[in-house]
Amino acid sequence: MKTRTVYILSYSLLLALFLTVPIWAGSYVLEILIIALWLGFLGSCWNIIGGYGGQLSIGHGTFVGIGAYTSSLLFNLYGITPWLGSFAGAILSAAVGLGIGFLCFRFKVRGIYFALITMAIAEIAKLWFEHMELVGSTGGLFLKSVHGPSGPAFFQFETKWPYYLIILGMLVAVLLICFLLERSKMGYYLKAVRGDEDAARCLGVSAFRCKCIAMCISSFLIAFGGTFYAQYRMYIKPDLLMGIHFSVELVIPTVIGGWGTVLGPVLGALLLIPLAEFSRMLTDIIRNTFHTTGLKGFQLIIYGLILIVVIRFMPLGIVGLWSGLRRKKASVKYAKD
Amino acid sequence: MFIAQAMIDGLLQGGVYALMALGLSLVLGVLRIINLAHGNLVLIGMYTSYYLFALFGIDPYVSMLASAVVGFLLGYIIQWLVLNPITGAPEEMAVLVTLAIGLIIQNLLLTVCGTDYYTVDTSYRLETIMFQGLRVDLPKLLAFLSSLIIVGGFFLFMEKTDIGRTIRAATDNREAALLMGVNVRRIYCLAFGVGTVLATLAGSSISTFIPTSQDAGVLFTMASFVIVIAGGIGSHKGLLLGGLLVGVLEEMGTLLFSGSLKQVMSLGLLVIILLVRPQGLFGKEA
Repeated sequence: MKTRTVYILSYSLLLALFLTVPIWAGSYVLEILIIALWLGFLGSCWNIIGGYGGQLSIGHGTFVGIGAYTSSLLFNLYGITPWLGSFAGAILSAAVGLGIGFLCFRFKVRGIYFALITMAIAEIAKLWFEHMELVGSTGGLFLKSVHGPSGPAFFQFETKWPYYLIILGMLVAVLLICFLLERSKMGYYLKAVRGDEDAARCLGVSAFRCKCIAMCISSFLIAFGGTFYAQYRMYIKPDLLMGIHFSVELVIPTVIGGWGTVLGPVLGALLLIPLAEFSRMLTDIIRNTFHTTGLKGFQLIIYGLILIVVIRFMPLGIVGLWSGLRRKKASVKYAKD
Repeated sequence: MFIAQAMIDGLLQGGVYALMALGLSLVLGVLRIINLAHGNLVLIGMYTSYYLFALFGIDPYVSMLASAVVGFLLGYIIQWLVLNPITGAPEEMAVLVTLAIGLIIQNLLLTVCGTDYYTVDTSYRLETIMFQGLRVDLPKLLAFLSSLIIVGGFFLFMEKTDIGRTIRAATDNREAALLMGVNVRRIYCLAFGVGTVLATLAGSSISTFIPTSQDAGVLFTMASFVIVIAGGIGSHKGLLLGGLLVGVLEEMGTLLFSGSLKQVMSLGLLVIILLVRPQGLFGKEA
């Protein structure tokens, strides 16, 4: 009971700290934090099937894209507010997710094969969108902007802080869902399936059903992230949100943070996004000192190096490192006893 | 007629694809690593050949030697420096590392060589042989033949030499090989080196008919994956057929779809194979 109170207190304090950020931080810090929290959100949604269920989907960009494009098209063509449109996107995305999950799991596509098949589907979806006139092809889609006081009713704000609060709220909500899921029957089933699918099935867990449900929840939730991005940037493009490239990018923070844990995706995103920003700054500094405008892509070289170094020293992820330290401490304690 | 022409182009290109995929398959088999940097390693071969041609006028088929040396050293160093230290870590970490390597290579090429498309303008680049009204591009034919020779050489290497045999032993049973006194870490380095050599050699021969640019890496990686899956993981012989199949499919795709949409053909094949026949078209029953 005591530890529980401590946990609740410290998490509330942390949340309160995050809530105060718009008061003291400039728009630059806010921008980085919005993107970090957004990736944390996407990672947490992916985590439901990828982390807990152990089904490494490299195709979740498709669902982000579906979410973004559905709400944006509904708004641009019919003037439906994205607040509602996002739910339409989420339902559509869940349907597609269920379809993909049903096919893959029915045919028992597992492990690396599942990663490859979702990868291929994601790329096909991206190519399809890039050749569809309705969604603006490769050029992308601009959202109509609403000026004046009715902006907020259409998920459009003049300043950054409302977006920050919204994505913070979305993240907290999804973290709560993950927290509850982890302790539910469903969560234990999923972990059993991840551990050993055949053994789990022998014990009467319907692996097929579990995986389908997890895929459905995951793709439903992640679509909201797509809508958020569309409203935040007011512009979407297939190769920004869909395809292999983004689908991998979305998984990186989660894997670095620790997949299959509640806080892993957020920790990973909060570590990596500032590091990515740091490599951008470093590139700018080098550019300025040598007075060149070249060095295109230099920041990604640094980012790649950072990624390698991080993995080199934390091969089990941030959460793995943390629990590893705790276990070491615990074993020392036992040894003393 | 169009179809027959596309078949020929596809088959010739497929030979090089098979060579490319062979490297991926080797690394996948020995190291159990999904190497997402593979396509970018192909680029290393392409750029090596391009620069040797542009600066010294060396023909890509001669510069293959240089390309092989560069590839082997690069692969050996990558494995030794980056991948070996995390052998015990979960697989997906290794995948992320290869992704990071790919990112570094691609952007290094972008930073150093820019976004231009380079062509290796050899004297035979546009030569064709007419055969029964069908056009056979000489560079593609040469690339096809050289790929077959290299693939043959690779099989000989794996069958006849000690290193090849050890690599195969480590593929079949890592623990047993370890117990027999095999220095598994060194074998990993060698295997990644050889895998990279296959990639860079494919790059050198492909540079004679495809423009060299830094953004082609992902395409090569995907094509290699489709071939490995189509041929069946672990089946080197299936790879050849898989390569030819993907080559033909891509050419057919250009007949049916415009622009980049042609990839849908091979990606669709990947999806269908994974659903219906995950052991690959030519693989053994799992």
